[in-house]
Amino acid sequence: MAVVMDADRMGRTLTRIAHEILERNTAPADVADLALVGIRTRGVPIARRIAQVIHGINGHEVPTGALDITLYRDDLMRHAVGPQPLVRKTEIPFSIDDKRILLVDDVLYTGRTIRAALDALIDFGRPKAIQLVVLVDRGHRELPIKADYVGKNLPTSLAQSIQVHLLEIDGRDEVEIQG
Amino acid sequence: MKRLLKGGRVVDPANGRDGVFDVLIDDDRILRVGRDLDVDADTVIVEIPSGFVVCPGLIDMHVHLREPGQEHKETVATGTAAAVAGGFTAVACMPNTNPVNDNAGVTEYILKKAAEANLARVYPIGAVSRGQDGEQLADIAELRQAGCVALTDDGRPVKTALLMRRALEYAGMFKMPVIEHCEDPSLKADGVAHEGFQASTLGLRGMPGEAESIMALRDISLAELTGGCVHIAHMSARQTLDAVRYGKSRGVHVTCEVTPHHVVLTDEMLGAPIPYDTNVKMNPPLREAKDRDAMLAGLADGSIDVIATDHAPHHYDEKQAEFDRAPFGITGLETAVSLCFDRLVHAGVVSLPRLIELLSMNPAKILGVAGGSLAAGAPADITILAPDLPVTVSVATMRSKAKNTPFDGWQLRGGVAATIVGGRIVYRNDDAKLRL
Amino acid sequence: MKKDLLGIAELSSEEILLVLDTAEAMREIGQRPIKKVPTMRGKTVVNLFFEPSTRTRTSFEIAEKRLSADTLSIAVATSSVLKGETLVDTAMNIEAMSPDMIVVRHASSGAAHLLARICKSRIINAGDGMHEHPTQALLDAFTIREHKKTIAGLKVAIVGDLLHSRVLRSNVLLLTKLGADVWVCGPQTLVPAGMEQFGVRVTTSVDEAVADADVIMMLRIQQERMQGAFFPSLREYFNVFGMTAARVAHAKPDVIIMHPGPMNRGVAIASDVADGPYSVILEQVANGVAVRMAVLYLLAGESEGD
Repeated sequence: MAVVMDADRMGRTLTRIAHEILERNTAPADVADLALVGIRTRGVPIARRIAQVIHGINGHEVPTGALDITLYRDDLMRHAVGPQPLVRKTEIPFSIDDKRILLVDDVLYTGRTIRAALDALIDFGRPKAIQLVVLVDRGHRELPIKADYVGKNLPTSLAQSIQVHLLEIDGRDEVEIQG
Repeated sequence: MKRLLKGGRVVDPANGRDGVFDVLIDDDRILRVGRDLDVDADTVIVEIPSGFVVCPGLIDMHVHLREPGQEHKETVATGTAAAVAGGFTAVACMPNTNPVNDNAGVTEYILKKAAEANLARVYPIGAVSRGQDGEQLADIAELRQAGCVALTDDGRPVKTALLMRRALEYAGMFKMPVIEHCEDPSLKADGVAHEGFQASTLGLRGMPGEAESIMALRDISLAELTGGCVHIAHMSARQTLDAVRYGKSRGVHVTCEVTPHHVVLTDEMLGAPIPYDTNVKMNPPLREAKDRDAMLAGLADGSIDVIATDHAPHHYDEKQAEFDRAPFGITGLETAVSLCFDRLVHAGVVSLPRLIELLSMNPAKILGVAGGSLAAGAPADITILAPDLPVTVSVATMRSKAKNTPFDGWQLRGGVAATIVGGRIVYRNDDAKLRL
Repeated sequence: MKKDLLGIAELSSEEILLVLDTAEAMREIGQRPIKKVPTMRGKTVVNLFFEPSTRTRTSFEIAEKRLSADTLSIAVATSSVLKGETLVDTAMNIEAMSPDMIVVRHASSGAAHLLARICKSRIINAGDGMHEHPTQALLDAFTIREHKKTIAGLKVAIVGDLLHSRVLRSNVLLLTKLGADVWVCGPQTLVPAGMEQFGVRVTTSVDEAVADADVIMMLRIQQERMQGAFFPSLREYFNVFGMTAARVAHAKPDVIIMHPGPMNRGVAIASDVADGPYSVILEQVANGVAVRMAVLYLLAGESEGD
């Protein structure tokens, strides 16, 4: 187990991402259209923190939602015998039509989670654009998916695993690499 | 041809015997029972292994052979084959066939089929009422003449008290007992299981024990009134047993029988191991532990006279249905002896001589037929039992056409080694290793 | 979860809570503009109803369609049973077409158990005779939890024809598993044998049952019961056991009134109570879809040949 990002680093990384978002969305119309949607589970607190940082920068309240993609996974009904994955509530309390959605997740890996999230979002409405924010990109994509904002690039081998811990869920901020 | 059954434990309560004796058979009769019997050169000597039991042929006085009319379930041929495999040298068969056995024609037909099969003896029981519809008496004298040994409307009770009274009076002239399926139809209603916690849990309509005992009390009172003989079939409720004891204490000619399944199983079988198993559906139903325990006590203290199986074969397709729709009844001929050994004798509920009373001596007495005893001159109807034989109940090897039993796979201790009817060996069990 | 949902009897309290939690997530789908998720795409669900039902059947159909399953509803008229085709035959014919799940409602207790034994498809019991109606109890529990946050410790009064009610059995099993204080009430003629052994209080007094109740659940009363001499008349039934505003007043001020439907207004329940502020009867119907989606999803998992 090696810590590749500590609490301090994580805070600065998220702040940097928030600034990047604003840099690429300078027109007031663009900023007004922004919305953050965190992918459950750990994408949600990250999305909230980014919203907070943006608010700190220019006072703007970016609407934030939580998306559960379990029911859109492409490996449901295909995995080995066992209980179904737990489904949590999706809470997107605003219309996503014509919005510039920032989809947020903790780790980008094969890209399948993002594909499922895109399918889910399309069912909610017709956003103007969707961009992807991830805390960690560990490579090994199986689909043509690319993150627009990356906290840290972490090349890994398939044998390794990345654990993201967040204060809101795990009691501490830390990214660990195992194996 | 002379045959000597040598060295078995002869259990013959009718003649007060329980010990190691030899039994000498000459053709179809018993010649002599004793020790160190003289034999001549051409007597076949059969060495009975130590521990094996030689007893008067078992008699099942409640069997549904289904012929005529329901041959898809069972025939006289397959039913009597099942009987001898179960150790029974004789069965009394019920009249609820199609057509009903309410006339000499059907009785003779059954006897003809039995003679063709030439296995167990068959004693037909005739209907009390024409078509068993409870309106008019059947031609009882004719039935008697044709060979019926008793009367019943089994499947249902005799419809009215008046008709039951008449039946008892009339049948009494011929010394025929009236065998009664005790059940008050309005209380039984559309019940399919014993009214109790199990039925409530499973959402099955219940029939209380009192549905049986109320009718038993009716019939016992009428037997007292008329002096006739009533035999309570397949007793299941403790209240009914109390009624029988009451009747007996007043000197009424009442006898009663219980099935092996009613003294082994309870209504818990409805829910497990197979919920809604239709092989657990019968009428009268399996009742609570209190009832089963009362029956065990009745067997032990002598209040119960007979164990009879109520062998009720049904086709697999008929039983493969939702519980409400499946017909009532399970088979019994090929499981009775093992169940009785394992759960009654080895469990210490009854002694072996008492078991032979229940399965042979008393049925013969009640039906007024030969058998039930190994006296000199009696027909050579003999059952050889192996009390310690390990038996695994297997429907695949049963001789009955029907497979509707909840006991498939049960491991029991005690079984049949051979069955002899009129001196002929009609069944031998290869597993028992008896050299005949 | 297991292969089939045959009854609450086979569910642990953890499994029950899992269904309820999953139903929460499923409910949100019904609030989206596109009320569909691709989860059961390509799965076939057959709704095999041997008893007429609008409410339960349509609820299952909507639930199945929301999960993108292919759904087929078969209302087996009694006449085809009269024609001689048995439950077993009908089920085997349908099995031959390899559905993934069969939702079955039948007038005989144990029908779902029978199908589970003979079919490879997963079986969901939508009501078997007088035995169980598990999805009804689950949606009732969901509705109660919505209003009362927890089920443990609540006083729940269930009033009506206890003997013939599968909704009663399922609810009693579920509520006692989750720690509620359950009181059942009905005419003595309609109390099942051994009712106390279910872990409930039994009374023939509506006032006793309803006193300080948090939840009142009414059961249907069928006209046919008069034939069996269970009670003399519907009028008398209403007078003694009907839920009127006056009787409801003895319950807790925030009591909720529930009914599985269809209601006999003026017999089991007074119209003003059925339509009144405490009634959550229409919510139950709405929650039914979410709960059934949860059940379908949770059972859809295990792969073939398990």
